[in-house]
Amino acid sequence: MISATPTQGKIRVVVAKPGLDGHDRGAKIIARALRDAGMEVIYTGLHQTPEQIVETVIQEDADAVGLSILSGAHMTLVPRIVELLRGQGIDDVLVTVGGTIPRDDIPHLKGLGVAEVFGPGAPTASIVSFLRENAGTAGG
Amino acid sequence: MVQTPLDGWEEAYAATPERDALFTTLSGEPIRPLYTERDLPEPDTIGVPGDYPFTRGVYPSMYRGRLWTMRQFAGFGTAEETNERFRYLIEHGQTGLSTAFDMPSLMGHDSDHPRSLGEVGREGVAVDTVEDMGTLFGGIDLGDVSVSMTINAPAPIMLAYYVVAAERAGVPAERLSGTIQADILKEYIAQKEWCFPIDPAMRFLGDMIEWCTTHMPRWHPVSISGYHIREAGATAAQELAFTLKDGLTYVEQAVGRGMDVDDFAPRLSFFFNAQIDFFEEIAKYRAARRIWARELRETFGACNPRSWLMRFHTQTAGVSLTAQQPLNNIVRTAIEALAGVLGGTQSLHTNSYDEALALPTEDAVRIALRTQQIIAHETGVANTIDPLGGSYFVEALTDRMEEQAYDYFRKIDELGGMVAAVKESYPQREIADAAFELQAEIDAGRRIVVGVNRFTEGDDADTPILRVDPALERKQIDRVQGVRARRDAAAVETALRELRESAARPDRNLMPYLVDAARLHCTEGELVGALQEVWGAYTETPVY
Repeated sequence: MISATPTQGKIRVVVAKPGLDGHDRGAKIIARALRDAGMEVIYTGLHQTPEQIVETVIQEDADAVGLSILSGAHMTLVPRIVELLRGQGIDDVLVTVGGTIPRDDIPHLKGLGVAEVFGPGAPTASIVSFLRENAGTAGG
Repeated sequence: MVQTPLDGWEEAYAATPERDALFTTLSGEPIRPLYTERDLPEPDTIGVPGDYPFTRGVYPSMYRGRLWTMRQFAGFGTAEETNERFRYLIEHGQTGLSTAFDMPSLMGHDSDHPRSLGEVGREGVAVDTVEDMGTLFGGIDLGDVSVSMTINAPAPIMLAYYVVAAERAGVPAERLSGTIQADILKEYIAQKEWCFPIDPAMRFLGDMIEWCTTHMPRWHPVSISGYHIREAGATAAQELAFTLKDGLTYVEQAVGRGMDVDDFAPRLSFFFNAQIDFFEEIAKYRAARRIWARELRETFGACNPRSWLMRFHTQTAGVSLTAQQPLNNIVRTAIEALAGVLGGTQSLHTNSYDEALALPTEDAVRIALRTQQIIAHETGVANTIDPLGGSYFVEALTDRMEEQAYDYFRKIDELGGMVAAVKESYPQREIADAAFELQAEIDAGRRIVVGVNRFTEGDDADTPILRVDPALERKQIDRVQGVRARRDAAAVETALRELRESAARPDRNLMPYLVDAARLHCTEGELVGALQEVWGAYTETPVY
């Protein structure tokens, strides 16, 4: 079996909505933009637990996971997801976060291993190019 | 042929180059360079304020008689913190209260449920039991103030808590005035906070409307909401069409349950967004009033003129706020609020400039409230009724908006009505497409957002933001666990069993069971859980 790398095959991205908030406008726009840019996109739908998201990342053999959070719970949910991924021995999946994330929280999230945080107003093209350049190369 | 001044203008205009810009509304509607008397409808279509078809407003005197209610939405932390914010707002001249609940409360989870982790009190106030509801409104005379509650899927449960909390404070249900949102269809369409599948959720709402009609004559049992539909990315016409169709569906259901339309229609209320495209918004409100009046009178045969009136609350558009150069949001909000006022709103919430970053600080909320006060008392716009009535452009846009709404009504009817359309994700798909198209326009720089894709210099100032203390989650968990430990456990079990039995019987109204359960300190999570045992839960198939 030949394992696909981003240069050979399509980048596989899980777009996930952790937590209870129902704000899915951004997640769906990103999912569609990534799909239009030629990536394989798996959108989890709303109200996912950290465990469900990590399971999806594993099952889908994703190169990247984009977490969309607008509920203010990012400082609880993101560390939990990162910890579960590491617990499964996964360190090559690029983790990005989008949503209403106060500026002061960004260094902390990056310290956990989040590759990038995309706040309100981030152009979709910048997210597409960030994934193109970085997915599949995280952690090595 | 005689050359008219208009012919002359057309020639002159054609000879002038246009600047390179999108001459469309925010919703993508093309706008002509000039509107004239030829664009005016028949005078009867415009009418006069307080008379059918209410294009110019629902009351004969409008703001000459009474200004709109300034109602700022608030809620965070536990009931104690939000109670403090409520008292602050009342001290600063606010005239109605509006409660934001946290995500676990909206989804029917208690604060100590594993799925509530990190979400308790974050985006609104945590309310688990009747005790929390009592604390939330402590020291506020509920017989005097009108209270709005933004809760939907579990609305009948929260209403039961409110009724019991008021009863304990000596205010009987019939004296309570205010609104509970309870618009469940728009949850599946846009806001996405649900507890049950659509059909039982519709019955749950029907039970509450019916109960309120006999027990709470001053209460609005549903606030049919376009706000969240718009925030999710809908165009103005979609917001208008889907909201009205939701409302007409509730009317249809209530009539189907044997209620007389004139017994409940006067208590229905609406809630719209105020986006930044000034005239489009004003046209939307005017068209909404006209369509509602016509449908209630002609389609449902309502005889009481109060049944024809569309009264609505307006909130400025959260999605129009930018995280970049946040002070600019004060300007955006002022323009949006003015559209709401010129559109004849009955109450208004103005967003705070820091809300693209976090929940608003007290200082930011005060500026938002002051914005309304400036519009009301300094600008003079409230001196005359519907000052834009008869404007060629506004009347033409109002007609166009109405036409588009009816186009959507026809499509929805072809799908078998709104409930069927929602199950087929029709409105969800229309909204997702509109949101994507708008984002593409912004990304391409064709639609300018100041500070985001143009004029981006000067975004280095740090904005102070509200931080909800994470310790409040623990405090709230202790509160709900304390209530569970103190109450009569056997009585709770009996109440939950009766609720389950009644949920399985569509002929029973569930409200009295919920009021009893509230008195016995059943938690929200227990009540939702009991109903889910009978009705099941809901899982969305996302479309994008």
